Order: sequence, then structure tokens, then C-alpha cells
Amino acid sequence: MNVLGEAFRAALASLNAHRLRSFLTTLGILIGTMAVIAVVSVLQGFSDSISDQFADLGSNTLTLEAINEQENFRRGRVNRIQFEDIEALRYRVSGIDSVAPIIAAPLGSTNYRGRSATPQILGTTEGSQDVLGLETSIGRFLTASDDQNGRRVAVIGTDVRDELKLPNNPVGEFITVGNEWFRVIGILEKRGEIFGFSQDNRVLIPFNVARSLTGTFERPYMEVSFTITNLEELEQVRERALRTIRNSRGIRPGQEDDFTIKAADSFVKQFNQITATATAVLAGIVGISLLVGGIGIMNIMLVSVTERTREIGILKALGARRRDILVQFLLEAALLSLLGGLIGIVLGLLAGMGIASLIPNFPPAHVPLWVMAAAAGFSAIVGVVFGIAPASKAAALDPIEALRYE
Amino acid sequence: MIELKGIVKRYELGAETVLALAHIDLLIERNEYVALIGPSGSGKSTLMNIIGCLDSPSEGEYLLNGRNTSDLSEDELATVRNREIGFIFQSFFLLPRQTALQNVMQPLVYRRMTPAERRERAVDALAQVGLADRLDHRPNQLSGGQRQRVAIARALVGKPSILLADEPTGNLDSRTSADIMALFDALHQQGQTVVIVTHEPDIAAYCQRTIRVRDGHIVEDLRNARATA
Repeated sequence: MNVLGEAFRAALASLNAHRLRSFLTTLGILIGTMAVIAVVSVLQGFSDSISDQFADLGSNTLTLEAINEQENFRRGRVNRIQFEDIEALRYRVSGIDSVAPIIAAPLGSTNYRGRSATPQILGTTEGSQDVLGLETSIGRFLTASDDQNGRRVAVIGTDVRDELKLPNNPVGEFITVGNEWFRVIGILEKRGEIFGFSQDNRVLIPFNVARSLTGTFERPYMEVSFTITNLEELEQVRERALRTIRNSRGIRPGQEDDFTIKAADSFVKQFNQITATATAVLAGIVGISLLVGGIGIMNIMLVSVTERTREIGILKALGARRRDILVQFLLEAALLSLLGGLIGIVLGLLAGMGIASLIPNFPPAHVPLWVMAAAAGFSAIVGVVFGIAPASKAAALDPIEALRYE
Repeated sequence: MIELKGIVKRYELGAETVLALAHIDLLIERNEYVALIGPSGSGKSTLMNIIGCLDSPSEGEYLLNGRNTSDLSEDELATVRNREIGFIFQSFFLLPRQTALQNVMQPLVYRRMTPAERRERAVDALAQVGLADRLDHRPNQLSGGQRQRVAIARALVGKPSILLADEPTGNLDSRTSADIMALFDALHQQGQTVVIVTHEPDIAAYCQRTIRVRDGHIVEDLRNARATA
């Protein structure tokens, strides 16, 4: 420990004696580490925010969607979920807890006392409170009786309230949606943005009301999310739902499904997969840049050993063994590389924060501690690995010749 | 005690073999004050390297304090140098970025010793050579004579059996040389074994015994008249 502490001090002193050279030598490591930390911090911040936004969608939620091939879509053959499918899910599949159909009702603008807004109009049922985790901050949510009785009531997002200049508590106010009057019964809890799209610019109306109002449109866009009672039964329920929907959509045996039933967190999974791939590619690039940085360190350390041949000779004459010299030079290379890594981490964090704040609506950058620890550890290891050749060269010097070296 | 028995040293220079030391028998007792003298190329540097355990002989036995060093490994020789030999060089060979105190502490780094203990011994050694007030000076802030004193303190700090000085006054003016030689005299009188390698008869005259080397042989071994101690 004693010898190591002394070698540590000597290594620091020697780096300090050539500050500019040390800095330039470790620049490769610095830039490599900075790049990885910057990109990871941005990706990670992004990924965290995605996970947060979708956290409400539990793992026991499934979503039924129609499949639309690009090709058919272009030809105008649009495949939709139908009302029968929803009925089938509701009444003919066991193991389903709540069903939340969502219908996009293209009813036009929303008005209140001469002010106008164009929010997303969605028809849904009380089930979406559970299934999609929608909550009201003021007033109440849609109920089953709203749906059954076809009440003209609306739960609105905060953006809509603000845009229409409704009172802070707008419960009881009347707004028009398309040409119909709706009474506001609640305000949705603010949810912020996903990918820059506001989740608060929407008006929710009872499903059946939306259905009757869109009756003039041929087939409105719909999707259905539903929760299952027992998580262990997820696959069985999914199978049963698949069979039932195939039946209700009249798909003959042997024909392919024209719809999918996805787990609600599959998007998050997909996104995480993309992040993981990006991280792997990044790791490769960083590996290369650290390799280059390491070679730079090796190069300068070899020069340094030659320059300090006399000094090594003196130390050997004073009784330094091979491993004393080896440890000192290895430590110097490791410290050099580690220093570059540490500065790179700090600069990378700053760069990540800068990038995140420059892009509007971008989530704040965030780097997990273990990534920083790994970056620091890795740079130190690079120093040790690339320090081996110069340090062995130094340790192997013959003391007499080293002392004679001019 | 240094005991050389039939020491031969050969160097291979390409196809040629150079005989640096032909056949050396030599006994130096504890607390002797010896000058190794000879022209350059005489083999005195090779002899010094072997005595200093920087080099191993091709043939023969070297017993240092009764211990045969001829078949020691490189690391074992390093340990012997650290404990038994105190080197002093013509060009001082101080570590330029370190203070006088750090320079003197350096040999003790390779021993199991606490930093406080190291410091204490280094301060003592510097006081012994009259530099107690120069602990934190770097070599470039010291005069030539002071640098050589630091080097002597560094050689003394490990309490070695032999002080081995290679042309210690070669880079110093005559007044400073006299000061340094007076310091060696004093160390000798305190019981230290001192071996000085030189080509100057003036310097050899300070010693009790002069061993003259030429062409790899000891050609003369004289007890000086001026045996002070």
C-alpha cells in the first residue's frame, strides 16, 4: 500500500509536469467518453419519459387494433375495428375485466361563447378510466349510465379549457361539439406531451353518443383496450379474444387475421429495443474511439519511457525492482486515461443537458450512475491495457545502460 | 565486507568478446576508505558496477557481507542495492521534479516503512550533510555542491554497508570538491565504508588505500601514508 501510494503520487506529479501533453494524450479518451455520455443521457432521458407516460398502461392491458397494410391503405381499402367486435369482446369473451373502446369522432370544432378550438373528440366508456388510467382532476368521469342514456356530457382536457377560456372549474358549462350541445362534467388530469403531441387537447364523450353522432360517417376509426381479470390468464384470454374476433369479423379458417391484439406495453418494449440497439451500436463506436485513444496513450507513454530512461536507471540503482517501475508506469497510464474519462463524463453530461434543453418539448437528459461508473472504469482499464507495453519496456531497462543514457 | 574471488567480466560486442575484468581478487574490510583509480577503459567502472550489484560477473564469486551475490536474480540484486549500497554519481542524478527531501526519501519507498518514518530518516540524513535548511528546495534551486550533498544524503539514508561514489567531484570546482571530500572523511570516521572511483590522484590521496586498475587487472594496491583514522 505504501509503495502503491508513493507510485500514485509520483504518477500524478509526472502527469502534472507535462500538463498540456497529458491533456492532449488523453483527448481521445475524453472525446470518446463525452460522446457516449452525451448520447446515453439524451436517449435515457427520452426512454425514461416514454416509460413514465406509459406507466399507466399496466401489463394486464391488451389493445385490439385493425391491421392496415400500407398497400391497401393507399388504395383506399381501410380496415377498421367494428362495433360488433366491441360487443363480442364485451359479452362473449370470459376473463376480461373492463373494456374501453375508443372511437375517434370527427365532429369538427368545439365552441364556447364565440371561442373555438379543435381538440381530438374521442368517444369512450367508463372502462377507459381503469384501462387507460384516465382520471379527472375536477368533476367526474363518464359513467355507464351516461353511455346507456346517451347523455350529452363531456370530460375535457386542460388545453381545451384554456383555449376556450372556460372558467377554472367549468363543470356545468355548456360547450358545442360539432353542432351539438354538451355539458362539461369534468376536467382530465393534465398528462403533458408524448413526442410533442399534447395529451390534454381532447374531449371525451360517451361512446354511444359518439357512435350515433358519427352514424353518418361510414366507419369511424376505433380501437379497443381491455384489461384482463387475472394476469396469469393473459395468453388464454388473448387466444379466446382472437378466436371470438375472427368469428365476429367473419374471417374464414386459413385466412390471416386482419387485426392484432397487442399488449399495451409492447410499444414501450419496442422502444426499449430500439434504445438497446442504438446503445449497442454506440458501444461499438465508443469501443473504437477508446481503442484509438488507448493507442495514443501507449504512443506517448513509450516516448515518455524513452525520455525518462535516466530517471528509471536512477530508481533502479536506488533499489527499485521491476514491479516497482511497472506499477508506476501502469498507474500513470491508467490515471491519464481515467482523468480523460472523468472529464469526458462531465462534459458529456453538460452536452446532453444542452442538447435536451435546445430541442423543444424534449425530456431532460439523464444518465444512470452505473453508466458513469462503467465509463470511468472502462477508461481506466484502457489505460492499464495500453500501458502494459510501455511499462514493461520501462521495467525491463538495464540499470547500467539506463544510467548511461543521455 | 567486500570479497571478490576470481572475478571475470566479458562483454559480447557482436562477434567480438571484450574482456573488461581479467581476474580480480579483492578484499575490502568494514570501515575502509578506498579509492579505485585508473584511466578510462581500465575496467574500474565495470568493477564498481559489480561491487554495486548493478551487474553480475561472468565468472567468480562476489561475497557481500559474507553473502554470495553472484547468482541472485535481478529483483534480489535490486533489494541488495537498496539495503547495502549507497550510490553517489558524478552528475548527482537527482530526480529533477522532486524536492531535496523527496529525493532523499526515494530509496526508502522500496522498503516497508511508514511515510513519517521515511521523512524522519531523510531529515536526519540531510542534517548529517549540512542541508537541514534546504529540505524543500528542488535540485535546480541548489548549487552543485549542495546537489552532491543531497545525493550523499540519499545514499546514506538507507544505512548501507558501502558508500560507492563514482567520480563524486568530477562536476565540481576544487573548493567544493574539497568540501565534499571532507564530508567523506567525516563519514568514514563515523564508521562508514567508503569506496571512491576516480581518475584523479588528488582525490585518491584523501583515501587510506588506493587500488589501481589497468586493462582489467589490479596493478597496484597501496596503503596511503595519510591514514587519518
